[in-house]
Amino acid sequence: MTELSASSPVEPAPIALFPRQHRPLGTPARLAIEHVTLRYGGPDGTLAVDDVSIDVEQNEFCVIVGPSGCGKSSLLYLAAGLTELTSGDIRVDGHLVSEPGPDRGMVFQGYTLFPWLTVRQNVEYGPKRKGIGKAERRAIAERFLAEVGLGQFADVFPSQLSGGMKQRVALARALANDPSVLFMDEPFGALDSQTRGTMQKLLLRVWEHTQKTVLFVTHDIDEAILLGDRVVVMTARPGRIKAEIKVDFARPRAMDLVLEPEFIALKRHILGLLHDEIDEEH
Amino acid sequence: MSSRRAPWTRMTTPFRDISRRAVISAGIIVWVMVVAAWWIISHTNVVPAMFLPSPEKVGAAGVRLLSDGSLIVHTLASLEVVMLGFAISSIVAIPVGLWMGSYRAVQAVLEPLVNFVRYLPVTAFVPLLILWIGIGIQQRVSVIILGTFFQQVVMIADSARAVPRDLVNAAYTLGTKRSKVVWHVIFPAALPEILDTLRVTLGWAWSYLVVAELVAASSGLGYITIKAMRGFQVDVIFMAIATIGVLGLLSDLFFRFLRARVAPWAHR
Ligand SMILES: Nc1ncnc2c1ncn2[C@@H]1O[C@H](COP(=O)(O)OP(=O)(O)O)[C@@H](O)[C@H]1O
Ligand SMILES: [Mg+2]
Repeated sequence: MTELSASSPVEPAPIALFPRQHRPLGTPARLAIEHVTLRYGGPDGTLAVDDVSIDVEQNEFCVIVGPSGCGKSSLLYLAAGLTELTSGDIRVDGHLVSEPGPDRGMVFQGYTLFPWLTVRQNVEYGPKRKGIGKAERRAIAERFLAEVGLGQFADVFPSQLSGGMKQRVALARALANDPSVLFMDEPFGALDSQTRGTMQKLLLRVWEHTQKTVLFVTHDIDEAILLGDRVVVMTARPGRIKAEIKVDFARPRAMDLVLEPEFIALKRHILGLLHDEIDEEH
Repeated sequence: MSSRRAPWTRMTTPFRDISRRAVISAGIIVWVMVVAAWWIISHTNVVPAMFLPSPEKVGAAGVRLLSDGSLIVHTLASLEVVMLGFAISSIVAIPVGLWMGSYRAVQAVLEPLVNFVRYLPVTAFVPLLILWIGIGIQQRVSVIILGTFFQQVVMIADSARAVPRDLVNAAYTLGTKRSKVVWHVIFPAALPEILDTLRVTLGWAWSYLVVAELVAASSGLGYITIKAMRGFQVDVIFMAIATIGVLGLLSDLFFRFLRARVAPWAHR
């Protein structure tokens, strides 16, 4: 494992937005992935995730990068409880979890809005399952739709939205449920690069407002550094942790951060780590 | 751009829309041609009038049966049988199909049986049903159920199985309980396809109706066909067939309308 700290390239923010508190000794991390292993299809099957441990702290934006097919999605599905793990533990605030639950929200790579519900009803879905009353549900939906800038689309069906808008609603829907941890599995992977940039900007802003604990998966290094407090680099299949890199750029971050020399140096470093992986495969 | 394209190019391009006027005229032209051909054949005596009545004669038979009220009576009798059989079948097939498509265990139990029964010829069961439950309306309704139920179960199970896994996964991460996923996610996700299945199988139900009424009935459109055959009234047979065709067309339109109302998000 290598450690590399990038110093802040810009003036330190006047108020540190989220002073990352050091967790007192003995208290559990918000999300603890402990020695998790996944083998698809029995003892002789594909080893997709191999002994991965990651702690994600409260209010941290943690990004996983890795070559495609290395087990990033598998790891998120395990943490969300959607796939049964072969061995290891997943804990949220110290509590062992074994099945999916509303405390772990997810934005998927593909479009997963419920097509039979309007945009508003999609966002209200989680609060409704929790038994939250009509008026309060509506207020929640209003708030998060405004957060992602889609207030005026509340009453249309998802089929009438563009890809980027669908993922914004998916983000609003996950946030409306107020999860302890938010998983995002290459949520912008299917979008064109311009829309992706808009979405990254939006996500940065939303995250700065909502202070969620996020575990974000991508294969786009720019995206990883731009968004993350920390970047976890995974090896090619079977997925293991190759390196963890702290990203110290001040927040709020702007999109032109990618042009800063420090950003480029960090990118070169991560690219090198990933290239080792891809070269080893061939 | 599309309006500048020659109509011929549009007509010969797969999936390309043609104008609404063209659609309506095509529908009318084909009907006019069929009736004209029929008129010509029946009036040139290529086929003896005993076997092929002229369009006017069939029309006259229709007017006659309408004015003495018997067409209405027999149509209502048939409608009752089809609607009862179809409703009972659908009400049971929707939950059974959803369970079969959602739960591997239910599939393992039901699939071998359902796939066997659905290929059995319904006609072969008619004598058996008469022996078992007589010649009342129950027998005819049973024929309809037997003909549609197993097909519906298989088709609905397929649509349930085709629901994207991540739609279900998303529902789980939003707090949906395992026991509620079929009701909250799989059913609404499959609803447009379920309505299509109902539309298609209702058409089949109409064809089983005649089988049911040919053998044992004292009313219904199939029954008047048999009676007309005995009296060599070919015009009445034509009339009864046309009536079933119109009823089938109306029920098809009804289900298209229902789908647009009940599942507006899946508008086509
Ligand atoms: N349901 C499954 N059954 C068997 N193998 C799978 C399944 N899902 C994924 N895999 C395999 O596990 C590996 C990791 O997949 P995935 O987690 O989707 O990678 P990534 O998200 O990093 O692209 C791949 O080699 C893939 O083929
Ligand atoms: Mg993936």
